Amino acid sequence: MLYATLEGLKRFNIPHNFNVVSIITYYAQWIREGRLKVDSSWNTEGLKFTVQDPCKLVRQGFGDPVADDLRFVIKQVCGEENFIDVWPNKSNNYCCGGGGGALQAGFTDNRRQHGKMKFEQLHATGADVVITPCHNCHTQVKDLAEHYGGKWQTTHLWNWIVKALVR
Amino acid sequence: MTEIDLLPLRAELKKQFQDKLPNARIDYCLTCGLCASGCAASGIEGMDPRKFIRYLVLGQDDLLKNSNWIYSCSICQRCEYACPMGINVGRFVYELKGMRPKDKRPVNLQKSCELQKDPGNSTGIPNEDFVWVVGEILEEIHENEPEWADMQAPMDKVGAQFYLNQNAKEPTVEPEEMAFIWKIFHAVGIDWTYSSKWWDGANYCLFSGDPEDWEYTVRKQAETVDALGCPTYINTE
Repeated sequence: MLYATLEGLKRFNIPHNFNVVSIITYYAQWIREGRLKVDSSWNTEGLKFTVQDPCKLVRQGFGDPVADDLRFVIKQVCGEENFIDVWPNKSNNYCCGGGGGALQAGFTDNRRQHGKMKFEQLHATGADVVITPCHNCHTQVKDLAEHYGGKWQTTHLWNWIVKALVR
Repeated sequence: MTEIDLLPLRAELKKQFQDKLPNARIDYCLTCGLCASGCAASGIEGMDPRKFIRYLVLGQDDLLKNSNWIYSCSICQRCEYACPMGINVGRFVYELKGMRPKDKRPVNLQKSCELQKDPGNSTGIPNEDFVWVVGEILEEIHENEPEWADMQAPMDKVGAQFYLNQNAKEPTVEPEEMAFIWKIFHAVGIDWTYSSKWWDGANYCLFSGDPEDWEYTVRKQAETVDALGCPTYINTE
């Protein structure tokens, strides 16, 4: 995840000549500038979307601005009226329970217990699609849906941008 | 109810944390419980962030060192975010993970970090395989999707504006997922590149708890990106 690099560069004072920026910030910027053209008219069935704010990206990384950009991009792609937010959200969001090495560590029952709160939070939105812009969140949210009986599809953001792409 | 052994009130672990981390603030804890009430890992292995701090203060060092709660806490820092005194329980969890001998850590977690060091990505695929699979997917798209016939997936392109970090999961198990971002970049007209080495910064060494391993892998990647001369580092997510 981006955070390992972002925080590692700071914590260990590693010299470097580049900026670390979230790709979500660029997606939002490119859409605003008109360079990335997306259109939500594909969503004729009104598929409802919600989002998982990754802890490392939002609370520990770039804060609420990246969470706002994330919502902006999703709304542009699926249609503003088709986005249902979670609560609490952004920097105050609950962890999904998949990060911190939990998916690799092997305490599966504990990991699913940890994710119960996230499952209920996502389930309450009634969304058909959960966008998870983090690999750990993606794997965990998908597993939580299978384990606790969630009906949503768990996907990355990039799939839907390409679906809505206008060239 | 957990019985607490009050005899060894040495609280050495607490002293260790306070010596090493200038902002440890353990004694500032108000025991208010805001941390525990908003922690989704509360109750797992009989632990929560508030109890964790109490155990530290009460010198229950062995209990903390041996608790597998440190592998449920995801170091998400919501407890710190909610804490009126800004106590960062996650940082103590990270330190505890690092204190556990490598052969006593969860095998797959430690393995993800070892693979990150050599061959250099979290799933351990050879760099040649990464380069190969990128080429294969690109070729398939060129053959089957004429509207993307001039799309590229540049490798080691010196001076590109963007360095794109690739999580190892896609090239290892679902390579077709990589192409979505290539398409977005192509549509926008972005000058970007992958690297053929140190291309994955997912870096589970952060989670196994070893600053040396974590630093080594980030340093290698920083050297790689600087050698390419890319001014901006972005990740696939």
